[in-house]
Amino acid sequence: MLKDTTIISTNGHTSFLDYQGKYKGIRSWIFSTDHKRIGILYLIALLSFFAVGVTFGFLIRLELFTQGKTIVDPQTYNAFFTLHGVIMIFLFVIPGLPAVFGNFFLPILIGAKDVAFPRINLLSWWLYIIGGVLVIVSILLPGGPADTGWTFYIPYSVRTSTNVIFTGLAAFILGFSSILTGINFVTTIHRLRAPGMDWFKMPLFSWALYATAWIQVLATPIIGITLLLIVVERVLGVGLFDPALGGDPILYQHLFWIYSHPAVYIMIVPAMGVVSEIIPVFARRTIFGYKFIAFSSIAIALLGSLVWAHHMFSAGMSSTAQFVFSLLTFLVAIPSAIKVFNWTATLYKGSIQLDPPMLYALAFIFLFSIGGLTGVVQGALSVDIHLTDTSFIVAHFHYVMFGGTGFGIFAALHYWLPKMFGRMYNLKTAKVGFWFLFVGFNTLYFPLFVMGWLGMPRRYYDYLPEYAIYHQISTVGSWILITGLIIIYYNLIKSLRSGEKITARNIWGGETLEWQIETPPTHENFHDIPKITHGPYEYKMNDELAEKEEVK
Amino acid sequence: MLIAQSEFVKSVDFAFFFIIAISVFFLVLITGLMIYFVFKYSRKKHPKAENIHGNVPLEILWTVIPTILVLFMFYFGWMGYKEMSKIPEDSMVVTVTAQMWKWSFKYENGRISDTLYVPVNRPVKVILNSLDVNHSFYIPAFRVKKDVIPGKQNTSWFKATEVGSYPIFCAEYCGLNHSYMYNEVVVMPENNFITWLTTDVGQVNNFTNQK
Repeated sequence: MLKDTTIISTNGHTSFLDYQGKYKGIRSWIFSTDHKRIGILYLIALLSFFAVGVTFGFLIRLELFTQGKTIVDPQTYNAFFTLHGVIMIFLFVIPGLPAVFGNFFLPILIGAKDVAFPRINLLSWWLYIIGGVLVIVSILLPGGPADTGWTFYIPYSVRTSTNVIFTGLAAFILGFSSILTGINFVTTIHRLRAPGMDWFKMPLFSWALYATAWIQVLATPIIGITLLLIVVERVLGVGLFDPALGGDPILYQHLFWIYSHPAVYIMIVPAMGVVSEIIPVFARRTIFGYKFIAFSSIAIALLGSLVWAHHMFSAGMSSTAQFVFSLLTFLVAIPSAIKVFNWTATLYKGSIQLDPPMLYALAFIFLFSIGGLTGVVQGALSVDIHLTDTSFIVAHFHYVMFGGTGFGIFAALHYWLPKMFGRMYNLKTAKVGFWFLFVGFNTLYFPLFVMGWLGMPRRYYDYLPEYAIYHQISTVGSWILITGLIIIYYNLIKSLRSGEKITARNIWGGETLEWQIETPPTHENFHDIPKITHGPYEYKMNDELAEKEEVK
Repeated sequence: MLIAQSEFVKSVDFAFFFIIAISVFFLVLITGLMIYFVFKYSRKKHPKAENIHGNVPLEILWTVIPTILVLFMFYFGWMGYKEMSKIPEDSMVVTVTAQMWKWSFKYENGRISDTLYVPVNRPVKVILNSLDVNHSFYIPAFRVKKDVIPGKQNTSWFKATEVGSYPIFCAEYCGLNHSYMYNEVVVMPENNFITWLTTDVGQVNNFTNQK
């Protein structure tokens, strides 16, 4: 298909922001099958849901600022952390990078005009929106928002009178959105690479998306089936999970984590891909250990699918199961470690400039290392028994999900947004926002490690006086963090409205394909599909670059 | 609170601090190198980057070393866990019943209490039952945690080695008053415990006031 480059779109020179297709106005966006427009639709929705999720997070921390009641009653607090979890996980972090930057840049990075199935791509956005709306509806309907935590553990989730059904249905629909994106990306990467782009000439972000897409396709159906089984149990009265009907609540936990643990890798692997893109560009040298980074994504996807039961070490499994799951949990740390070492080595003898995307990428390495290493702490069986279901876990996964994926998303935003819209943000404000976010983040989450080791259980509305100091530091951290987020949002939104217009193709000095096309990209990305002759981060022109730098 | 001892506190804490020490070492190493490179090879000082595509011996080194280290971590965790799961034959048995949102402890002689009284230096086996939803029986000071699941009888054990009282939390989210599903384990000298176990309820209040 792609070899047929003689068909050049008549609109080949129009920016995708102006090219409307057969619809006009808003409909030219919400019915567009252009991967770039769909990426932006996702971006707007995602950042909106993120703001809602942050608000719930802020309220949780505010409630915990003092012992006893600070702002709300326990029922409302329980709904807060459930909504915070559901929105952040299903509506922000899981779709996150693949849906926004994967959609926008995957075809460009591999030299394609669009994804393999553009209409399915649009469908997956619509499913995502329907799922998101259902979550919002569940908040507003009588009965009140779900109060089960994002894990929906049975039997509590079948006892509560809140709107769990809507939230579960939302998760079911969002699952299909994720599966469709996964199928689309796997097919796109297999079928639509430009001539000459063999597997090992692909940018590492594409490798990361490829590994992620497979997990999306293989793991997500399990959560769908599990939710269907719950419907079967409720409607037909067949005892599957509910002990009152003769079912096994542990079976539910297994099925839940068989999806939800790999989902963690759906969240983090693309962020690793973003970091692998950014570091060579701002160190202006080739990446260290390309193949090791590429294969470690695949290794994470494989091993990560076999460790789910480490969420259940205190639930009571056979010793054999505990042994195997603990061992595999330790082994899944190795490919992540390999990535971290290779990124660090990529800085060696580079020519490093600390622009905002690079700051976020380096912060990612630091925060993800803390998140990963504390994950290793919990892999040890005896230690996990003490730490599971405490705030240590909460700190650990926020370091991975927010310090990792969240910072990865902000890195991607600062790296690619100017390319997407042809507008530059204020670099200084971006750095100020970064430091607020970074300091606030650590102030917010680090005390949770200490407090968790001291025995503070998670999902607690109230606490003993000895934990008060940690809770207070943490809450103050949340204020600093939110200040940072407001600065970042303000800076990026302002840049889109009144930022300096740019048309330069390559603002950061990257060598991947997106930097060789117009800014902002034209309707079908490439006038002629490029022929690929070398890898993505060769930096053979370094002598010239260095000379240019001296002239400046 | 965490100074208090039970039988396997030592092995849990050893594994924990062993892993933390290695983690801190690697974190400092990575972060230190990162900061050092950022300054040493900043674009101003070092305008021309050198391309290094990789180094296979180095890759092998930083795959093998962490693998060996995590196998040690795994081993310590596993040994500690084995200790936790081997319940001594001579344990005193307490049947624990969890329900939203309180604990109840039943002793072999039929005595029932809301607070868990145990003798010092004697292994105590807990049999965990739930009347409604999932709970989790958690005594941080003893590093003991086990989920309490309806329709499934989990067991756990501990041996308190120091007199005193320590919190018991519910660690598995169980609804509205999850954070108030709180009580204490009171560790007493053997004699006091036997007196308590065999006295009737009226005198218990009196007794606990004296402790």
